Amino acid sequence: MIQFLQRLGAKAVSRIAAVGRAGQLLSQSLIAKPAPMTMLPLLVRQLYFIGVLSLVIIIVSGLFIGMVLGLQGYTILVDYGSEQAVGQMVALSLVRELAPVVTALLFAGRAGSAVTAEIGLMKATEQLASYEMIGVDPMRRIIAPRLWAGFISMPLLSMIFAIVGIWGGSLVAIDWLGVFSGSFWANMQASVSFSEDVMNGVIKSLVFGFVVIWIAVFQGNDCVPTSEGISQATTRTVVYSSLAILGLDFLLTAMMFGDF
Amino acid sequence: MRIRALEISVGALIIAGMLALIALAINVSGLNLSQKGGGYTVLARFDNIGGLTERAKVSMSGVQIGQVTSIRIDPKRLMAEVEMQIFDDVDYLSIDSSAQILTAGLLGEKYIGITPGFEDDLLENGMTIEDTQSALVLEEIVGKFLFNKVSE
Repeated sequence: MIQFLQRLGAKAVSRIAAVGRAGQLLSQSLIAKPAPMTMLPLLVRQLYFIGVLSLVIIIVSGLFIGMVLGLQGYTILVDYGSEQAVGQMVALSLVRELAPVVTALLFAGRAGSAVTAEIGLMKATEQLASYEMIGVDPMRRIIAPRLWAGFISMPLLSMIFAIVGIWGGSLVAIDWLGVFSGSFWANMQASVSFSEDVMNGVIKSLVFGFVVIWIAVFQGNDCVPTSEGISQATTRTVVYSSLAILGLDFLLTAMMFGDF
Repeated sequence: MRIRALEISVGALIIAGMLALIALAINVSGLNLSQKGGGYTVLARFDNIGGLTERAKVSMSGVQIGQVTSIRIDPKRLMAEVEMQIFDDVDYLSIDSSAQILTAGLLGEKYIGITPGFEDDLLENGMTIEDTQSALVLEEIVGKFLFNKVSE
C-alpha cells in the first residue's frame, strides 16, 4: 500500500517536472535572444515541411467534410422545406468548429508526429548534443523554427480547410441537389459574422496550432533516446494533442459563444 | 535552386491562407465596409418588437433599404424605440410612411417592413415614423382567439 502511494506520488512529481521542462523549453527557444537573419531560412524550410506538405491532406479532407455536411444538412432541412438554409449550416459549422478542430487533429497526426520523430531521432543519434558541442544552441537552431512554423501554418491551413469545405458544400448543394444558388449564398452571408464567427475560428486555430506544436516539440526533445522511446513519444504526441485540442475547443467555445 | 522552390511553395501557402481569409470575409460572411458609414437615421416606436434584433433588415417591398442599428426602451412613453439606418440613396420616403415588424417565413427572422406613404414631405435624419404596427406575438393571438371562443 505504501509502495503504491510512493509510486503514485513519484509519477505525479515526474509529470509536474515534465510540465516544468515543457515551459522551460518554450521560454528558452522563444524568449532567448532572437537572431532573425539566421532564423529566416530555417523557418522557411520548416514552413515547407510542416505547412506545405500538410496542404494536400487538409484540402482533400476539407472538401469531403464540406460535401458530407452539404448532403446531410440537405436531407434534414428538406423535410422542413428550408433546404436553402444548408449554406448557412455548412458555413457556420465549418468556420466555427470543424475547420479549426479537424485541421488541428490532422495537423497533429501529419506534422506533429513527424516533428516528434525527427527531434527524437536527433536526440537518439546525439545530433543535439553535437550541436551544443560546436557552440550552436539547439533550442534556437532546431526547436524555435519548428515552433514558429507550426504557429504560423496552422491558422493558414485552417482557413484553407474552411474555404475548401464551403466550396465542397456548395458543389453538393447547388450543382448536385439543386438548391438555388442565390439563397444559398445570401443565407450564408446574412448569418455568418466576420468578427464573431470567422475571427473566433482564427483564434481557435492559433491556440490549437500553438498547443500541438508545443507538445510535439517537447515530446521529441524529452523522449527516451532509444527506438522504443521515440515510438512512445510519437504516440504520446498524437494522443496528448488530440485530447488537448478537444478539451480546449470546449473551453474556447464556452468563452466565445457561451455568454447567454 | 532547391532553396528557391522551397521559398516559392512556402510563399504560395501563405498567400493561399490569406486569400482564404479574405474569401471568408467577403464571400462567406458578407463583410461590406462601405455600407457601414452611409445612411441616415430614422426612429420608430413599437408596443412590442417581439424578437427583433440589431442588424435586422429594413426593407420596402421585400428589397433591403437599411438595417436596425439600436433598440432601447423609451422611458417616457414606455415603448420600444428602434433606431434604423436607411441607405442614402433611398431618399424618397415620405413622412407618413408606416413601419411594421414582420417575420420572414413561418419561423424565420424578424425584420422591419416600410410601407411608403403619400405626403410630399420626406423623412430626414433623426425623424420618427409615427405609424407603426407591432410584431405579432403568438401568445396574444391565441389568447384573443380563446377569449372570443369563450364569449361566444
